[in-house]
Amino acid sequence: MTDTAIEPRGALRFRFRGREVALDRFSPRATVLDWLREDALAKGTKEGCGEGDCGACTVVLARLEGGRIRHGAVNACILLLGQLDGAELITVEDLADGGVLHPVQQAMVDQHGSQCGFCTPGIVMSLFAAYHSGAPATPASLNDQLAGNLCRCTGYRPILAAGLATCDGAPTDRFAAAAESRAAALAALADGRDLFVGDDTRFFAAPASLESLAALYRRFPGAALVAGATDVGLWITKQLRDLGQVIWLGRVAGLDAVGETADGALSLGAGVTLLDAAPRLAAIHPDLGELLRRFGSVQVRTSGTVGGNIANGSPIGDLAPALIALGARVVLRRGDAARSLALEDFFIAYGKQDRAPGEFVTAIETPRLGEGQRYRAFKVTKRFDEDISAVMLAARLDLDGRRIAGARIACGGMAATPKRAANAERALVGASLDSPDTWAPALAALGQDFTPLTDMRASAAYRMTVARNVLRKALLEVAGDAAPTRLGALHAAE
Amino acid sequence: MLQSDLIDVPETAVVHKPLAHDSARLHVQGSATYVDDIREPEGALHVAMGMAGVAAGELKRLDLAAVKAAPGVVAVIAAADIPGRNDIAPVFADEPLLVEREVMFHGQAVFAVVARTRDEARRAAKLGVIEIEPRPPSVTIADALATGARVQDDYAFARGDAAAAVAASAHRLEGQFAIGGQEHFYLEGQVSLAVPGEGDEMMVYASSQDPTETQHIVARVLGVPDAFVTVETRRMGGGFGGKESQACTWAAMAAVAAKVTGRPCKVRLDRDDDFALTGKRHDFRADWAVGYDDHGVIAGYDVMLNARCGCSVDLTPGVVDRAMFHAGNGYWLPDVAIGTRRLKTNTVSNTAFRGFGGPQGMIAIERVMDAIARERHLDPLDVRKANLLRAGLDRTPYGQAVEDFETQRLMIEELERTSAYRARRAEIAAFNRSSPWLKRGIALTPLMFGISFTLIPLNQAGALVHVYSDGSIHLNHGGTEMGQGLFTKVAQIVAEEFGVPLHFVRITATNTAKVPNASPTAASSGTDLNGMAAKIAAAEIKGRMAAFAAAHWGVPVETVAFRDARAVSGNHAMDFAALAKACRLSRVQLSHAGHYKTPDIHWDRAKATGRPFFYFAYGAACSEVAIDTLTGEMRVMRADLLHDVGSSINPALDIGQVEGGFIQGMGWLTTEELVYDARGRLATHAPATYKIPVASDTPPVFNTTLHTRPNPTASVYRSKAVGEPPLMLAISVYSAILDAVHATSPTGQPRLEAPCTPESILKAIASLEGEG
Repeated sequence: MTDTAIEPRGALRFRFRGREVALDRFSPRATVLDWLREDALAKGTKEGCGEGDCGACTVVLARLEGGRIRHGAVNACILLLGQLDGAELITVEDLADGGVLHPVQQAMVDQHGSQCGFCTPGIVMSLFAAYHSGAPATPASLNDQLAGNLCRCTGYRPILAAGLATCDGAPTDRFAAAAESRAAALAALADGRDLFVGDDTRFFAAPASLESLAALYRRFPGAALVAGATDVGLWITKQLRDLGQVIWLGRVAGLDAVGETADGALSLGAGVTLLDAAPRLAAIHPDLGELLRRFGSVQVRTSGTVGGNIANGSPIGDLAPALIALGARVVLRRGDAARSLALEDFFIAYGKQDRAPGEFVTAIETPRLGEGQRYRAFKVTKRFDEDISAVMLAARLDLDGRRIAGARIACGGMAATPKRAANAERALVGASLDSPDTWAPALAALGQDFTPLTDMRASAAYRMTVARNVLRKALLEVAGDAAPTRLGALHAAE
Repeated sequence: MLQSDLIDVPETAVVHKPLAHDSARLHVQGSATYVDDIREPEGALHVAMGMAGVAAGELKRLDLAAVKAAPGVVAVIAAADIPGRNDIAPVFADEPLLVEREVMFHGQAVFAVVARTRDEARRAAKLGVIEIEPRPPSVTIADALATGARVQDDYAFARGDAAAAVAASAHRLEGQFAIGGQEHFYLEGQVSLAVPGEGDEMMVYASSQDPTETQHIVARVLGVPDAFVTVETRRMGGGFGGKESQACTWAAMAAVAAKVTGRPCKVRLDRDDDFALTGKRHDFRADWAVGYDDHGVIAGYDVMLNARCGCSVDLTPGVVDRAMFHAGNGYWLPDVAIGTRRLKTNTVSNTAFRGFGGPQGMIAIERVMDAIARERHLDPLDVRKANLLRAGLDRTPYGQAVEDFETQRLMIEELERTSAYRARRAEIAAFNRSSPWLKRGIALTPLMFGISFTLIPLNQAGALVHVYSDGSIHLNHGGTEMGQGLFTKVAQIVAEEFGVPLHFVRITATNTAKVPNASPTAASSGTDLNGMAAKIAAAEIKGRMAAFAAAHWGVPVETVAFRDARAVSGNHAMDFAALAKACRLSRVQLSHAGHYKTPDIHWDRAKATGRPFFYFAYGAACSEVAIDTLTGEMRVMRADLLHDVGSSINPALDIGQVEGGFIQGMGWLTTEELVYDARGRLATHAPATYKIPVASDTPPVFNTTLHTRPNPTASVYRSKAVGEPPLMLAISVYSAILDAVHATSPTGQPRLEAPCTPESILKAIASLEGEG
């Protein structure tokens, strides 16, 4: 670590139970949940699934953002211990104040919101995050906040009622009262120094700048780059892999930058969380906002990042097809050298991306819709919220009046990588919005573009049918068909 | 006038009140202790399972050298290392703890690793070399029908000649209906901690609905008498039937590991392993034929229920029998034949799950009602009402007379009104006419669920109550707490009996050393049985205290009453605590073990006659859905539930059971799909792929009403059992989806399989297009 001017810090630091915890010796694969339950002997936080899907392990991380504290609900089971650096860790045991329950806890009792009680600590923490979100809760916002908290007993109605009763956007608990001192304590942790705990063979590192990251990754190209760990966490808890060298990207200054490129495209730094990306992408098109809303859960979106979802290269990641249809580009860096390429070209084959050893994703650049461009995105799943797509299809139609002059169509779940539908795109050129007959060749051409698989999410035949049907739906909607096509609208109208 | 209107409900101070769950304050603070939260005893070790990678075959070689050499490993256990019998089956001795030769399902436990940490144990377990000579597995119902393999003999009962009645009917329909299984997905996975004692003693902390059976099986695998084994369960993080027989396995494994190592050992299954290693709801295929008249009134119903039971008997006899008992729901079926096949497959042994087969039997006849209505162009609700049990036609297919059948008609009519069923049906029809892509559907379905274990000996319970000399009360009984609020309800009953506030009663963990020979907490019977046993125990102690007070005051014992934490008679009064102290000083016994057995029930399975149920619980639900005919996606828009809980002991807890049961049933019939691949491996083995309902699946309009007329049968405080029945309210969701599918085509009988995933719904629509 001689590349940087300042010696890196050799101990992880975070706030817990009102005190600073410093750890200079821990396994790079240690999770926050195991540390809580096994080292801190704090048994309130539960393990339900060990893969970030049930939310029983939900804890809240408070971090400083622009001088203010932001409370984020995350899954402790797949959060690496090192990712706590600079944060205040709040668990269910922290909430009651001298025997007086926190408002969200009391509301859960009053509404009969717990039965077996095992999911309850996680639910309380998700409600606590909502309580501190700064906005009054609505039924819709609570559905979102709780999408990552499975409860098998109650049917959720009393839990939603507890949230509605307490999360009014104006917190008055002792956390709010102590906001100033808590912010000061967090500010004291933000030293801007690189973090490196361990030795060259086994370490947890968290560089503080792009330069440090580039240098470190060149030196340890075999290290695991970890952003939110919402997938890497499962390598540990499910595949039982031994991660020796871990570089966490969460402290790299500027990696979470949001901006505009010279030609007006939205630039999202690789470290921008999916939660923060959502409003930016929703501004391009509401379908992107809805897609992001249904992406994982609040816990996953709070941890997971744009760059992580892209660089991971999963064939079922939702972001890539949604952005490919918009003509997005990925920006990469290795050492001091940067390059960019069309997002679809980044995905070479299953599990293989166009990324050299030591190279990392720094940003995704997404053009906004121009005059005459229409966009639709569809995510089809067994369960509406917190489910992986059986089929994800996004399409941008470039119109010349009522004529389709060009199309970009991309799918997830239909091939080994996120992939464009080249044949369908070509077949749409020249089609008319006013004559659905002219759409048929494109719908048929999807059969040449994709040979989907049958798996536990859907059969190949279903995937193909639905890909065609949602493309048809996109065309119907863009053509201005008045009949309702969205269940979501119907559901929300109730 | 209903029978229940004649029943006088006495004033109560604690019972019938909507009190919070006894552990609610602990739940919300994370301080309720589950097995994995118990501070580990010194030297505790952790166990992980080595699992078979094929679904059927013969174990040829087991090389565990690498496992033994792995970091942290203390012991490796194979079948030969089990000190007692290698048998974890509840009844039929057909399922081993660890594979000896035959591999029965994919993932079956072959060996166990005991290591210092759970991570070390899990990583070492991957190093085992398990060589199995594979055989082609039998996985599906179709596979099992082809092989002919059964876990138990076929069984049927009938009244009249159903086939002849169907044949002679003006109208006939027949069909096949596939009904999926269900994973319990208790949020707390299977877990047990075994702590060896002196000699051959073993203390086991288990997340178990059946500590007594757990005790038997632990004793069996250890080869010691039951008296050497104590099992304790404070609470479970959910059970739903999945911790009845299934919890015994992991307690047995922990105990064997503790015996072999001499150290405390814990088994806590990883969620994916829990999916692979534990049984689920039986999936069924109902092959049915029905004959009926112009008005949809059924003359004959002939159904064969093909149940996939998995690799062993487990609890299948009771489950599939209960499917039969509910195959008629609350309908009069003049000529009826109900057959069953209990199919054996190379899949994990299916087991108890809330409703215990009842839901599968019930949904089949509800599917038939919808088919009749579709064919006759009648409102399905009118067909249902036309077939209800009624005066003179009030016997179930197995011959039990239903005394309060009018209750279900009244409830259906009430819900029809309060849900505005008719007006909404008209409005939905208008919507559907103008909406080519989205269709809406509505359905109102009833349920009638029999209460009692159909295995008669299980209908008993014990409770142990102590009054201490400071007036505090120790309550223990054989029932277990899995979130349903049993402990709260029984404590309310005991507090009421003694006339003290609820906080006088200290609820304690279920423990086989305190109350022996208990039945599982199952069949919705927890409060009925344990509440009665506790009431009997409390009443006995109260009687002694009253006798003492009467003698002390020189008044007749009948005049002594207990209320407001005092004993009173005329102008005499004494604090409950003072009386308890005085009783002790006067050598009055302040402890009693109560025992209760349900009266008036009997069932002769061979002759298929009797009165298996003490009483019936009723319910009705109206659900509305919308489907997307381009993708098959579905949303439940509204649900109105009306459920019969008798004179509720705790309305707040009962509403929780009703709402939670409905949503769980909705999951069973919609998003929860168990997918096995051709090799017999469960592909949906984690929440990433197996989708239980989340918050946004709760209908945006969700109205729940309790029907609280007193139970005409003399149950505890005239309440009714509520654990399982509400799950079947969700059958209305299936029927509403079917209704929406019907809206895509004027005629035809769609093949809509459960669960109604988007793919299932799209297939059903396509099946109509094919017919049209």
